[in-house]
Amino acid sequence: MMNILKPSKQNLKTYLPIGITFIFLSFLNVILNSFFQFDFVGFFPKGISYFFPLIFGFIGFFLIRVEFSGLRTLDLLNKNINSSNFNAILTLLTLFIIIKSISPLINWFFLDANFIGSSKDDCTGQGACWVFIKVWFRRLIYGMYPDPEQWRINTAFLSLFALVGIAFFSPRKIKKYFIFFLIFIYPFIGIKLISGGDFGLKYVETAAWGGLSLTFIISAFAIIFCFPIGVFLALGRRSDLPAIKYISIGFIELWRGVPLITVLFMASVMFPMFLPDGTFIDKLIRVLFAITLFEAAYMAEVVRGGLQALPKGQYEAAKSLGMGYWRMNALIILPQALKLVIPGIANTLLALVKDTPLIFVVGLMELAGMIGLAKTNPKWLGMAMEGYVFAGLVFWVICYAMSRYSQNLEKKLSTER
Amino acid sequence: MGKIIELKKVNKWFDKFQVLKDIDLEVAPQEKIVICGPSGSGKSTLIRCINRLEEHQEGNIIVDGTELAENTKNIEKIRAEVGMVFQQFNLFPHLSILDNCTLAPIWVKKLPKKKAEEVAMKNLTRVQIDDQALKFPGQLSGGQQQRAAIARALCMEPKIMLFDEPTSALDPEMIKEVLDVMVDLAKGGMTMIVVTHEMGFAKEVADYMIFMDEGKIVERAKTKEFFENPKSDRTKLFLSQIL
Repeated sequence: MMNILKPSKQNLKTYLPIGITFIFLSFLNVILNSFFQFDFVGFFPKGISYFFPLIFGFIGFFLIRVEFSGLRTLDLLNKNINSSNFNAILTLLTLFIIIKSISPLINWFFLDANFIGSSKDDCTGQGACWVFIKVWFRRLIYGMYPDPEQWRINTAFLSLFALVGIAFFSPRKIKKYFIFFLIFIYPFIGIKLISGGDFGLKYVETAAWGGLSLTFIISAFAIIFCFPIGVFLALGRRSDLPAIKYISIGFIELWRGVPLITVLFMASVMFPMFLPDGTFIDKLIRVLFAITLFEAAYMAEVVRGGLQALPKGQYEAAKSLGMGYWRMNALIILPQALKLVIPGIANTLLALVKDTPLIFVVGLMELAGMIGLAKTNPKWLGMAMEGYVFAGLVFWVICYAMSRYSQNLEKKLSTER
Repeated sequence: MGKIIELKKVNKWFDKFQVLKDIDLEVAPQEKIVICGPSGSGKSTLIRCINRLEEHQEGNIIVDGTELAENTKNIEKIRAEVGMVFQQFNLFPHLSILDNCTLAPIWVKKLPKKKAEEVAMKNLTRVQIDDQALKFPGQLSGGQQQRAAIARALCMEPKIMLFDEPTSALDPEMIKEVLDVMVDLAKGGMTMIVVTHEMGFAKEVADYMIFMDEGKIVERAKTKEFFENPKSDRTKLFLSQIL
């Protein structure tokens, strides 16, 4: 009796259509319920109608669970999401949750959201008030940077992207000069353009900088400088010279031991006290230094991991060919070690980008900071949700792009086969 | 004939453990010397001292008229003149075979790139893997990798070649192709010091055999005499076990 009831290859022809019907009904019920508030089993008692999709889906999944049915799609399905009763329930629950959450999300983001208008009163719908983002957009991107001068930030970033594009497509021979220019010279030109003061450009103090452009400026500078410092610290920590070794260890452990927020606070409040009277270092520069050195310590440990992973034979082979310390490291050791730790480097740099909002402790407002400011504006109270969702999306896009780039780089540099 | 390598009373310790005991050794240009002995007898350490991959604590090592000591500049100059082939090949996996061969000539000997590539191709042809020049080490068989490593060392145009058990990490089938290259090299007049257990190879090319045990040179003799009429009992025992 049990054998007849058990789904098998023999009764596949009967069980498969029945099972699919059950599953179809179960999902139809969930979809109708969540999108049209219509429950076609509403006439059942509450408890049964509530669990109807789960019960029907479960029966359906049980009926189609046939091993080696000969149908490729069915076998694949059974193997991956329907291998046991427990897995079938997990599959159903996961899918139901996804379906159930789509509709409120779409409603909040688009259908019930307000896009048109210029003040909080224009937001009449139940959903998101994107008017908030629209009105504050310039502030979120440029901070307190004066409106008529914002073309300077645009020019700086657009020419950066253009240069990157040109460098990317330029022939190999010129490429390295382009990259050198991009990394070591362009940042200073860009900063000069944004800060002004010469060449007839109006001076804009760094306190006015802010928004997404400040996120980019801080991230870019910190990334460019923390990387070489980190590499030197890593080499220093493995050096045979005790002085260099212990200075490196001390430096790394000092910075790793304190939270970034403390470092920033110290850079902003304590550091000026140690300076002689009359000297002044711009707050942004102090913060940049703090973040760079902080992240360099982390970078150093990541790179050291790569150095330690290399077999001793690589060092010996390089030495036996007459290479000195610097040539050996630059040509043989670092190219391999850095390639090994690309995931770790990407990790550190992503963390760096996501740490930039912490500069609010010293009064600098990048993207998240500007949103914090905007949401406390009396005319726009209660807009925290829209603001932080927007900031979250922007950060996600930046970080995901970086992550994809690191994966591509890993693939491109792989010489394993 | 002058001496190209001279070791006088060389002693070396790893911590408390003495690996080399009063080693005296002289090598004339174009001589081929094969060092054999049980594992742990210090033979690898001995040849690694000759290009200072290991430091000795007592005695003098003079290579091509320069004494090996603390002075770094000298050491790099010596290393550029002394080629070394390792048991584990130690090719640079991130570079193609050709780049493996041209890297040191370009950066250490300051050869122009074109010239370095010419030299590299000549040596790769000599070890018969010129057709693999653009591949990466990971794509080659063990025998091919070891031949590439020999070519890499030859590209520095060394006066002396050191071989540290070059065939020990290879499949039996691939040993011959590497030994053939080494025989060819020996016939070309290269000064060679080879640590190996391949006694057939030793009989074919070696001028002298050295047998080491427990950090000491137990026996040093002309190849023919070494195999036909070994003097010490330790050597006899060793030979009876591996032949």
